[in-house]
Amino acid sequence: MPELGKYAGAVLSSWAVSVGLLVFLVVVTWIGARRSRAALDAAEARRRERQ
Amino acid sequence: MIALLVRDLRLTFRAGGGFGLGLAFFLIVTVLVPFGVGPQSDLLARIAPGILWVGALLACLLSLDRIFQLDFEDGSLDLLATAPLPLEGVVTMKALAHWVTTGLPLTLAAPLFGGLMSLPQAGYFWVFVTLLIGTPALSMIGTFGAALTVGLKRGGLLLSLLVLPLYIPTLLFGAETARRGIMGMDYAQTLAILAGVSAGSIAILPFAAAAAIRINLR
Amino acid sequence: MEDTRVRQHDDRWNWFWAWANPVKFMSWTGKVLPWLMAMTLVTLIPGLVWGFFFTPEAQGFGSSVKIIYVHVPSATMAIQAWGMMVVASLIWLIRRHHVGALAAKGAALIGLTMTAVALITGAIWGQPMWGTYWAWDPRLTAFLILFLFYIGYMALWAAIDDPDTAADLTSVLAIVGSVFAVLSRYAVNFWNQGLHQGATLSLDKEENIADVFWLPLVLSLVGFGLLCLVLVLVRTRTEVRMRRLRAIEMRERMRDA
Repeated sequence: MPELGKYAGAVLSSWAVSVGLLVFLVVVTWIGARRSRAALDAAEARRRERQ
Repeated sequence: MIALLVRDLRLTFRAGGGFGLGLAFFLIVTVLVPFGVGPQSDLLARIAPGILWVGALLACLLSLDRIFQLDFEDGSLDLLATAPLPLEGVVTMKALAHWVTTGLPLTLAAPLFGGLMSLPQAGYFWVFVTLLIGTPALSMIGTFGAALTVGLKRGGLLLSLLVLPLYIPTLLFGAETARRGIMGMDYAQTLAILAGVSAGSIAILPFAAAAAIRINLR
Repeated sequence: MEDTRVRQHDDRWNWFWAWANPVKFMSWTGKVLPWLMAMTLVTLIPGLVWGFFFTPEAQGFGSSVKIIYVHVPSATMAIQAWGMMVVASLIWLIRRHHVGALAAKGAALIGLTMTAVALITGAIWGQPMWGTYWAWDPRLTAFLILFLFYIGYMALWAAIDDPDTAADLTSVLAIVGSVFAVLSRYAVNFWNQGLHQGATLSLDKEENIADVFWLPLVLSLVGFGLLCLVLVLVRTRTEVRMRRLRAIEMRERMRDA
């Protein structure tokens, strides 16, 4: 842990906010991608069954 | 085109509500601000041009969703789109009608309401001039926003969300020019840019608005 | 109609536009993505770790200089994302490639998040440096306006049911919006000068910055860029899949009816 001095609060909180928001964005994107892939696979399977 | 303008104007006047409503709203906003910030006349005098501009802008916003909505609902917008008149011309006339019924009355009323805000003497002229130059841009940008949201059922709130950010440059240059004019600073530059924003909006946005209407009618 | 088709067939650039064919897009992005993700990890994480742990204190800034490693890259990406949206919108409007519209849609949330990060870190940094969380400094104001534009753009996407209409209208909005966004950027310069003359709050960070700070900043800038690229591609792939899913469901419903 580096010595942050009197700016510790500012540095830590801004890093926390940034990393938090980025992780949130990545997770949202990832979940969306997985969900869409699952739904599409299911739909494709249904379609193949019909044929 | 003239016939269309006359028709739109007659419809707005006959419907009553739209014409007076914007002015009444503007009056109420101007009356409410002193209640909010206190009656000190030096403070009011300083913020008067800005408040008048914001009030005019909000009043302008109020009547935007009527520009195309009625015509869209009764199908006359489809007729206008297939008419020999280019849709860009139709859109421009709609914006002009909106300006005559909203922007122009607001511009004329602003100096009167300025009295309530203890506007400095020079302010009457400057608020009038900047609004006269700026409100056409407000009407044109608003028409573009209305064209984007014409097919939506609850477009009103979305319309404000889309249009208000687009109003920022006009508001900024308008109020800034008025402020500079009142304080006796150099106003030529901002005044020229304000006029440029208006002229540019009128030159370019009819095409964007017409494109949006074509997409919505598809 | 026949004419355009022939002309499109003869277009010298068809090899380029073929990359935007949805099937081909899915296949090449599927191959490229793992590599891009790996590159993101090897630039972003070292860049951020270097920036956070191994940079000295700067004169006048103290340790608060470490905020630069999240603030500047996110601000850069906030603008880049808007630029990408406009280009993708133009591709959709002119060439009618669906991937263009979907990429623009995918980039919006990324841009919004980056703008939020830049604004929040800027505010937190502003408190110790300028003594206030918020000042109507031209740059700050411009970012706030950008934030509003992103919100409006996403709201319009969400409000329209028909995907093609939504893509068309948001593209028009993105193009008109960027004209007004640039205009606002220059407008706030005038406005702030008028209020407090000569009070310069903005920091010119790129100038006079020593290598100890500059190198990790470059690394995290590259990392952020790659991260955004990966996210855009993944989000676009999601949108492409959703589109195909909708088409399949529509066909099923037609057959059932």
